[in-house]
Amino acid sequence: MLRLVVDPVACDAFGFCAEVAPELIHLDEWGYPVIDGEVTRATKALAGQAVSMCPRRALSLRSST
Amino acid sequence: MSAIFPRRLLATVELGPSLDAHRRTHGPLTLPEGPSEVARGTLQRAMDAVGLTGRGGSHVQSSLKLAFAAQDRRPVVVVNATEGEPASGRAHALLLHAPHLVLDGAVVLASVLGARDIAIAVADDQDLQAHAVEVAIAERSERLRFSLERPPSRYVTGEESALVRFIDGGAALPTFRVERPSFGTIGRHRAIVHNLETMAQVGLLAAHGPRWFAEVGTGSERGTTLVTLSGAVRVPGVYEVPLGAPLGAALEMAGGLTAPVAAFQVGGYGGAWLGPNRVDVALDEPSLRSVGATLGAGSIVAVPATTCVLAEASLVVRWMAGESAGQCGPCVFGLPAVASDLELLAAGRARRTDVDRLKSRLEFIEGRGACRHPDGVVRFVRSLLSVVTAHVDAHLKGGRCAAGANAGCFPLPERVEVR
Repeated sequence: MLRLVVDPVACDAFGFCAEVAPELIHLDEWGYPVIDGEVTRATKALAGQAVSMCPRRALSLRSST
Repeated sequence: MSAIFPRRLLATVELGPSLDAHRRTHGPLTLPEGPSEVARGTLQRAMDAVGLTGRGGSHVQSSLKLAFAAQDRRPVVVVNATEGEPASGRAHALLLHAPHLVLDGAVVLASVLGARDIAIAVADDQDLQAHAVEVAIAERSERLRFSLERPPSRYVTGEESALVRFIDGGAALPTFRVERPSFGTIGRHRAIVHNLETMAQVGLLAAHGPRWFAEVGTGSERGTTLVTLSGAVRVPGVYEVPLGAPLGAALEMAGGLTAPVAAFQVGGYGGAWLGPNRVDVALDEPSLRSVGATLGAGSIVAVPATTCVLAEASLVVRWMAGESAGQCGPCVFGLPAVASDLELLAAGRARRTDVDRLKSRLEFIEGRGACRHPDGVVRFVRSLLSVVTAHVDAHLKGGRCAAGANAGCFPLPERVEVR
């Protein structure tokens, strides 16, 4: 299984990730991303897009343990 | 009748902090014999036999850190004596009264790990403690490099990754780590970091052996711990208690309560609250966890019923918000928002929906920082709201307390600039 991981130090709340993948990410009241659950086969490509869109390279896809 | 427990960590308190007094009390330092790998195995088993866990508040199994550090040929041993918790006097007590027990623990770890460097970190505003360390180091004859580090005095400085980064020449800021357990490096070597009480416990374990060590304690957690009692107690200070001693026994050691109590704040500003009738709760991590609390750095503040507990708590939360390292959005924006919510409640201007919003903010903030600083504030506030429910209801109905925050029972040190 895969999961999206936010590096909270790198993240600057651009919010592109939630724009690209609202099924996987929503923003808190200050604009910082909150990850909603695990990445499935169906949403893997979308998650990859969100990762590549991040201008701060704060988002990554990791295997969950 | 007051409960008197034998002192172990503080056994030298009447003899002074000299190496001579230390050796007369605890005997010569016998380093585990044989090749370091065998000696390390012996120490790891001894640690597990007495259930030794990180006394800085992490409660990580100490033997795990040892096994982890052993993957490096020359790890650096770090004594974390930064004491970021304002209500805890543990570093003061140990460094001024038993510095050699702390150093013994570090020397034992260095010995079984083949380490040559021992760094002792004391906050840069604690000159007395630093002086005590320097005097103690000068008395040691081991062929090891002892260094005194002076990181900035801030709450998050004591966070392990922040401390390691500082000693490695960087800023004293927490580092984001995906994998846990993780390790920091100093130069090219892994760091093994222990709170100074954990180090002193290792010193006791080496000097007296696991059987003696386990003579006091409870369940799988053996030995003693230092608690700092303050607030509405007759004789505030640092006391040594066996793990599992009831809160009431610790209060008796401090001469008992001076006033009826609204609640006990336990485990530091990232800790939790206990209701006034919880004096039978055992002071050990499993028992405290079972009532939603933690031993943390061992501070216990008896908040008198004559003050407004919500107002006192909101001062702490506002201070903690200011102690954020300023790196992560949920902490930078979330903690001040939580502080404002609590201030609104303390001022009697909050409605039920404001409390609901506060609770949902706590949910949102938890687990989203690089370190556990925001999680500590979440625990503090969530526990407060669940323990002083009647007081919260009174504020929602009838407005603010006439009392306000009049006890000043939570020290809030002046901040220094982030470096």
